[in-house]
Amino acid sequence: MAELVYDKTGRLLFTKEMKREYTILIPQMLPIHFGMFRKLLELDGYRIIQLNNSGRAVVDEGLKYVHNDTCYPALLVIGQFMDAIEHLGLDPHKIALLITQTGGGCRASNYIHLLRKALEKAGMGYVPVISVSFGMERNPGFKLTLRLLRRLIFGMMYGDLIMWVSNQVRPYETQPGAADRMVERWSDKLIDGFTQGKGMSRKQMRALFDQIIADFAAIPVREEQKVRVGIVGEIYVKFSALGNNGLERFLLSEGAEPVVPGLTDFMIFKFYNRVADVELYGGSAAKKALCRLGMDYMMSCQRAMIAALERSGRFRAPSDFAQLHRLIHGYLGDGNKMGEGWLLTAEMLELIHSGVPNIVCAQPFGCLPNHIVGKGMIRRLKDDYPDSNIVAIDYDPSATQINQENRIKLMLANAKALARRAREAAEAGEERPREAVV
Amino acid sequence: MSLRIGIDIGSTTVKVVVLDQNRNLLFRSYERHYSKARERALETLQGIQDLLAGQQVQLVITGSAGLGVAKACQLDFVQEVYATAAAVDAFIPDTDAVIELGGEDAKIIFFGGALEERMNGSCAGGTGAFIDQMATLMDVTVDQLDELSLKHEKIYPIASRCGVFAKTDIQPILNQGGRKEDVAASIFQAVVDQTVGGLTQGRELKGKLVFLGGPLHFLKGLRQRFVETLKLDEAHAVFPENGDCFAAIGAALCAEDYPARAYDQVFRQLEESVESANVVDTMPPLFQDQAEYDAFLARHNASRPPETDPATYEGPAYLGIDAGSTTTKMVLIDPQGGLLYTYYHSNLGNPVAIVLEQLRQIYQLCGERIQIRGAAVTGYGEDLIKNAFHCDLGLVETMAHYLAAAHFNPQVDFIIDIGGQDMKCFKIRGGAVDSIMLNEACSSGCGSFIETFAKALGYNIAEFSKLGLLTRHPVNLGSRCTVFMNSSVKQAQKDGASVADISAGLSISIVKNAVYKVIRAANADDLGRHIVVQGGTFLNDAVLRAFELELGRDVTRPTIAGLMGAFGAALAARNAGLARSALLDREALEHFTHTAKPATCNLCTNHCSLTVNQFDGGRRFISGNRCSRPLGKERVAQPDLMAYKYQKLRAMCGKGEGDGSRGRIGLPMGLNFYENLPFWFTFFTRLNFEVVLSPESSRQLYHSGQHTIPSDTVCYPAKLMHGHAEALVKAGVDAIFYPCMSYNFDEGSGDNHYNCPVVAYYSELLEANIPLLKETRYLAPYVGLHRPKDFARHIGQFLREQFAVPPQETAAAAKAAYRAYDDYKADLRAQGEKIITQARAEGRPILVVAGRPYHIDPEINHGINDLITSFGFALLTEDAVAYHEGYEPRRVLNQWTFQARMYQAARYVCRQEDMQLVQLVSFGCGTDAITGDEMRSILESHGKLYTQLKIDDVSNLGAVRIRIRSLMAAIEARRQRPDEREEADHG
Repeated sequence: MAELVYDKTGRLLFTKEMKREYTILIPQMLPIHFGMFRKLLELDGYRIIQLNNSGRAVVDEGLKYVHNDTCYPALLVIGQFMDAIEHLGLDPHKIALLITQTGGGCRASNYIHLLRKALEKAGMGYVPVISVSFGMERNPGFKLTLRLLRRLIFGMMYGDLIMWVSNQVRPYETQPGAADRMVERWSDKLIDGFTQGKGMSRKQMRALFDQIIADFAAIPVREEQKVRVGIVGEIYVKFSALGNNGLERFLLSEGAEPVVPGLTDFMIFKFYNRVADVELYGGSAAKKALCRLGMDYMMSCQRAMIAALERSGRFRAPSDFAQLHRLIHGYLGDGNKMGEGWLLTAEMLELIHSGVPNIVCAQPFGCLPNHIVGKGMIRRLKDDYPDSNIVAIDYDPSATQINQENRIKLMLANAKALARRAREAAEAGEERPREAVV
Repeated sequence: MSLRIGIDIGSTTVKVVVLDQNRNLLFRSYERHYSKARERALETLQGIQDLLAGQQVQLVITGSAGLGVAKACQLDFVQEVYATAAAVDAFIPDTDAVIELGGEDAKIIFFGGALEERMNGSCAGGTGAFIDQMATLMDVTVDQLDELSLKHEKIYPIASRCGVFAKTDIQPILNQGGRKEDVAASIFQAVVDQTVGGLTQGRELKGKLVFLGGPLHFLKGLRQRFVETLKLDEAHAVFPENGDCFAAIGAALCAEDYPARAYDQVFRQLEESVESANVVDTMPPLFQDQAEYDAFLARHNASRPPETDPATYEGPAYLGIDAGSTTTKMVLIDPQGGLLYTYYHSNLGNPVAIVLEQLRQIYQLCGERIQIRGAAVTGYGEDLIKNAFHCDLGLVETMAHYLAAAHFNPQVDFIIDIGGQDMKCFKIRGGAVDSIMLNEACSSGCGSFIETFAKALGYNIAEFSKLGLLTRHPVNLGSRCTVFMNSSVKQAQKDGASVADISAGLSISIVKNAVYKVIRAANADDLGRHIVVQGGTFLNDAVLRAFELELGRDVTRPTIAGLMGAFGAALAARNAGLARSALLDREALEHFTHTAKPATCNLCTNHCSLTVNQFDGGRRFISGNRCSRPLGKERVAQPDLMAYKYQKLRAMCGKGEGDGSRGRIGLPMGLNFYENLPFWFTFFTRLNFEVVLSPESSRQLYHSGQHTIPSDTVCYPAKLMHGHAEALVKAGVDAIFYPCMSYNFDEGSGDNHYNCPVVAYYSELLEANIPLLKETRYLAPYVGLHRPKDFARHIGQFLREQFAVPPQETAAAAKAAYRAYDDYKADLRAQGEKIITQARAEGRPILVVAGRPYHIDPEINHGINDLITSFGFALLTEDAVAYHEGYEPRRVLNQWTFQARMYQAARYVCRQEDMQLVQLVSFGCGTDAITGDEMRSILESHGKLYTQLKIDDVSNLGAVRIRIRSLMAAIEARRQRPDEREEADHG
């Protein structure tokens, strides 16, 4: 039985012994991505359980253990952990919890502490919590090695690509469930490949990109164009169905095509913030260079993905991080980094520029950074792009789905009117030149 | 040839409209549906069978609650804003904007160019349901409220964000004798402010405005408030004839695009559809069966006080009055606590009249046999009643409740009281009230809240709560504030939950609110072993049962649960041991008169809303004041560091030591500037800029910028910035300087030194949302004061580009600025020391008020400092003492500069015998959700009391007063029992 070891600040450490004996629970946010992350961690010798519990019980556990004015994602993630500990039937003395910590100035950096408080409140202060961060908290039994980091980046790229192409297929598939089956097939295939050491070189990645794209392109689809709706927002609520009441599913059921910018930009953004800090305020040039290196690595992976999509001719490709960064100039400064920071606004701009002016901006109720970069920028975007059609939706334990859906429906009604107007304008535009010729 | 039918199903009403092919209105109706929307619509249609039977019709449903119905019946649906726009386009084509208020929605639709719609967010209750709630609170019908409002003389500031906020504003006004007419108009004004301020979001309401929706159709007073506020003339304020069912008309117009069907088939579809009822989120029943309920009743009915027959009793008696927020309670006891007389009634907004009438009755009852030896009063109306009737003493509610609970259960260690408007919970430690938890304005879901729902669904409160006792599937409604609850109920109704299920669900959610939101307990042991519950709401068996189930343990509910405050007051009167009471005697009551007049105190910037109460014989009582000046007393300088800081900072404007030759630079005086102004003032004046500060914050300033606030849930200090920025433009400055700062000064006391996201980047938000800023030069560079050398370099470059300032000059100014900032801090600390020394010499207790630097703005703290010093405290701010403590690891990530100071201040206070700390928290401050818990644990682990004062845009200090007085009572109790304190220290 692993001994409980504390560091000098009194924090319970995750020891090497624990790595052998304990099972690590990880929360859910993006099923495709996190499934792959789980496998990659297992390959590094960790025992992992990916949590998928959801529903009211998770919310209730969260309400019980977290200050209710804390942001909704914290409440859900912690609720999911506490609910799982109660119901999974694992020996609580043999588990550890894993949570990310970005270290920015928003409340999210405190989730890990709130989780520890919750554990203490439940009399389980002996459960170690592992922070996945860059140097904020260290644990002898858990290391983000360069190899693991690189692999996780690969996993993220595959996840983003699968999410991106499946979103373009699902609304149009002629056989219901075809896209989801393909998602599952590829997730399994990639994970199997990881076990055999496949898919972890640049060359293999590029080849796999093409195969994934080809397989999704082969799914039979109807010829029609649905209204596209972009989803941006606070990272957890944007991605997690538990956080946004199944937003993607709802949009699909309303006859829209969800467009969800991937996780990669957010990760590059977090590296970029450290570069920007040094540029704006001064600091270690070495640190800046190192972060720049990480950024460049991910950006080159992203470019490979975009290139594969462009090659396909079948799928739209997203803009790369550099383009997002260019778009934000004149809107927000490079130093606006807390939470999703300028990236959130940049994603809205990118959507508008790529013909998706209809956007759901999803945020936890009372989210601090979103006051600025979400709700705070909609007015300006409307000024600059009168056709932009953005609705901000708040999520929290008691916000009702009916209100949220009603607001989204209003946005969709507007979207359809916009599309009609655009069609009419296009038709009129086509006619006029003809007249001119006559 | 077909008819067009539009059905608008809102949260509370159904509107049905029939149009012919030429858009002529053949039929219209507007009816409340009491949660039976589909049935109501069917009945209406049935009533016009003659018109419709056998016809081809095009039918479209709209409305916030219409979606579910449309889905279930497979009928066509259009979004309601869309429908409204269609109707306006057709009938009033030159409209510039529509303001539409519904049961629970408020909307603005902007026409002209691209259609733009705004709907209220999930936290915005300035709607019809809000008006209903307020009418209930004032015990008038909505129509009466309307009539009252037309006779107003004065408008009070009332928050309309949600019903709960407004109640806490209105209650004190009513209790202090404010006129109902004025309150009624103020309620409407609140709705107007909420709509105009909350929904316009940077786009001005101008041109021809059309007002739609039930409330605006029926309420003249509300119309008047809108017209006056927006300064509209008749041509620009349109109230169309069918304004209450415009959305339905729009739906009928939209129906033109949908296929026609046989009416009889459509009717059948509507009739036969059953909305799926199995998706409702339900919970276990409260009682399994009647037998279980009976056993429960028997157990609770055992806790009853003895009753003494007043007709035969001879001897002394003691009177207790609890002038609560919505009800007045009175108890007369004998020396053993036996009940001679009890009274519990809604005070109908006028507690004085009620008490007067009851006193007359009591004197009648007493005759010559019973002598009242003492009278004590507690509750919101304490001061008023005490002055009106010359009661012997007044005591804070918490003390009264504790005295009463201890009478029944001397071992009591936890008391929870849920009344009509407020919820109080407190622990008892060492015979004293400890750690008080009051419902913050946003979380209350108290008794009157169930009552409002009961009325809305057509029941009285007693019937309604009984309904839920034995229901099998109580609905899970969550645990938040009333506005959310409204929509949860709406959803449950849509999903087919019965009224009984909803009743039980509401009772359970009240309890969840109390346990998880106010007490924030993880389990029953967090509360205590001997729990006494009281307050009128616990007389509701469903609530009591839900509470026991939630905690998993039995609690004590005395049969006089609703009277405990008054009972405790009576006990206090008895304990006072007076020979005779000063209470107005029978004769004096004969001549008793009372009138109340509103007034505004203009002696300082607080502009307190006063109520001047006149009694017979020229007696006067003024309420609503924070300090003693309106009472005619001189203001004496109090030991108050908040006031000191504020004056010092406000003086930092002008040319300083420079010549001002580079122009006038405007600084919006809010948020970070309350910390960094000494730095920037020196920096800019050294560079020969003239520093112009935006004017002092005020309600008016807030309103002037309100229309550009994009997020209605951001904190008040941030919202004020809009007014500050606009004021600077109007002052004609050459440039406005408002830097973005991810980081603040690094004081080495935390794990990082961030600003919160709002403080850090609000400057960019202002730039994007205030059109007026385009008229000036707006500078919002990113700066990092935490690295002086880099700062000087970066700002040097910036100022060279902007104003051609030579970098060497900037570097020197930066150096001076850092020095000035250090001097300012040193002065603050010295002043703090001076106050401590003086207070100790005078034997004054010291209160450290821990908040953010900008909380010293009187418009933000509403004069809390005056209130605190008026109780005899010397007042320090967190930054004056924080420096005594160094770095220490915390259980949370200690990453914000300002917040770190609060932890340090708390640690310092823990080491000082004569100091206590209160934490100021702005509503909507996300970071304080984290700091609050941590502050509590720091203080309580050293046996100190934790008191949190929540402040918002509305200045109601009632709750603040209770907390501070309870704190004083607890300090007093601790002084008498120092041994308990020791135990806590070691425990």
